[in-house]
Amino acid sequence: MSTARIILRETVETGDAEVTRPLKWYETAWESGFVRKAMIILFLAIVWEIYGRWLDNPLLFPTLSETLEALRDRIADGSLPARAWASVKVLLMGYAAGVFLAFTLTIIAINTRMGSDFLETMTAMFSPLPAIALLPLALIWFGLGNGSLVFVLIHSVLWPVALNTHSGFRGVSQTLRMVGRNYDLRGLNYVFKILIPAGFPSILSGLKIGWAFTWRTLIAAELVFGVSSGQGGLGWFIFEKRNLLEIPDVFAGLLTVILIGLVVENLVFRTLERRTVLRWGMQS
Amino acid sequence: MDTQATATRATPQPLLEVSGVTLRYKTASLAVTATERVSFTVNKSDRFVLLGPSGCGKSTLLKAVGGYMEPSEGTITIKGRKVTKPGPDRMMVFQEFDQLLAWKTVLQNVTFPLINARGMSAREADEKARYYIEKVSLTRAVDSYPHTLSGGMKQRVAIARGMAMEPDILLMDEPFAALDALTRRQCQDELLQLWHDTQFTVLFVTHSIAEAIKISNRILLLSPHPGRVKAEVVDVDTVSATDGSAGRLEKDIHDLLFS
Repeated sequence: MSTARIILRETVETGDAEVTRPLKWYETAWESGFVRKAMIILFLAIVWEIYGRWLDNPLLFPTLSETLEALRDRIADGSLPARAWASVKVLLMGYAAGVFLAFTLTIIAINTRMGSDFLETMTAMFSPLPAIALLPLALIWFGLGNGSLVFVLIHSVLWPVALNTHSGFRGVSQTLRMVGRNYDLRGLNYVFKILIPAGFPSILSGLKIGWAFTWRTLIAAELVFGVSSGQGGLGWFIFEKRNLLEIPDVFAGLLTVILIGLVVENLVFRTLERRTVLRWGMQS
Repeated sequence: MDTQATATRATPQPLLEVSGVTLRYKTASLAVTATERVSFTVNKSDRFVLLGPSGCGKSTLLKAVGGYMEPSEGTITIKGRKVTKPGPDRMMVFQEFDQLLAWKTVLQNVTFPLINARGMSAREADEKARYYIEKVSLTRAVDSYPHTLSGGMKQRVAIARGMAMEPDILLMDEPFAALDALTRRQCQDELLQLWHDTQFTVLFVTHSIAEAIKISNRILLLSPHPGRVKAEVVDVDTVSATDGSAGRLEKDIHDLLFS
């Protein structure tokens, strides 16, 4: 009768078994999102240049090189940076105020049922309402100036950020909530130490959407009621240059809008993402 | 260790008293009675296990001891104080892996409640946390974020976090249920080793008879729908896995629960 036995195997050492190897430089480069995205932009730039040259009509569609020249000149004479700064200043004011209001509203909403109903009703009503549609009214209420712009900016950032923050808070798992209560965390302490970090992926995407909305709203508002903002921002710059038929300058203005958007997305938000949700393994 | 265990048994100090507790909760369409008039006491340094098939209300009972729900009948007292809300004197270890704060490293996860609930200084908390992290042999992972750890390591962090708080009682809700069999055994051995080192009091919920026998010195057997106390097994730590007495006890408990 046989019984269970353990038969040991001898391990064979081949010596050249490759377990890990360093990546080649091009493999490393391709792994970097920045490199891949830069190549996409480069490709688009080449297509633009070729199309512009083929069309050969700077009044309709200037080439990339003409646009870059205009950009360089406008930066050199200081008009474009001043306009961009005027826009960014108003933007930051509106954005900060909107985010602050959104957080206040959401913190109230998460703690009381009435607050939650209020937030849901308000977002349902105002979220689909284009901020620009409020501008004529805002001009009556706050006059020509930054006040009206900030008002519409707050409107454009408040609802998406509040909506996303609220859904982020609600998505925090029951276990984590119980852990927080186990630690005797209450009120704002509980919100800041458990709910906000735990719901951060959602909050961050709200902040990103809010940013895109405000930027869009601001440029559009300046285009329509450009003169309202004192010395005028980027939108007004574009509007002005189109009236003067300086189309390369119009393109330079548009390019600036895009560039600022890219910088914020890739530097500010990307860094924030890397330091938070990516590092914590909440997103990959 | 045996002499110590006998000594504790000779002069029991009731730490947790659950008397006549009925727990009801509401779902969308019906009110459920999870447990009915359950009574038991846990003494200091007990490894007390609530054992029963699913639906016997053992997890609900643990949550009530944790202060997360109020009994509709009966009282729960800990060291004479009535339990009314969750608190750091009863640290919970949950079954779910997401109980760790994902935005904090292993060390920060352990120091966080020490600083926030115990009011320790950062230095003190750091020292204490490192001591307990070493006890669960995770010193190497001290600066890792939870998402880089395996399930077993996460549960060990949760245990270190609970123990570092030095609570009156550690409440464990099937902490090893989601682990693979090998890791599970390893974690059970470690828990026992920790207990031999520090003699903490633990209330442990499981649905595995073998786990209950391995870990506990007392077992409360519950029957389902609604949860009622069926029996209490004492001196569980006198059985041994090698001479077959553990196997026999396991069979007896099985027959009792499923008769």
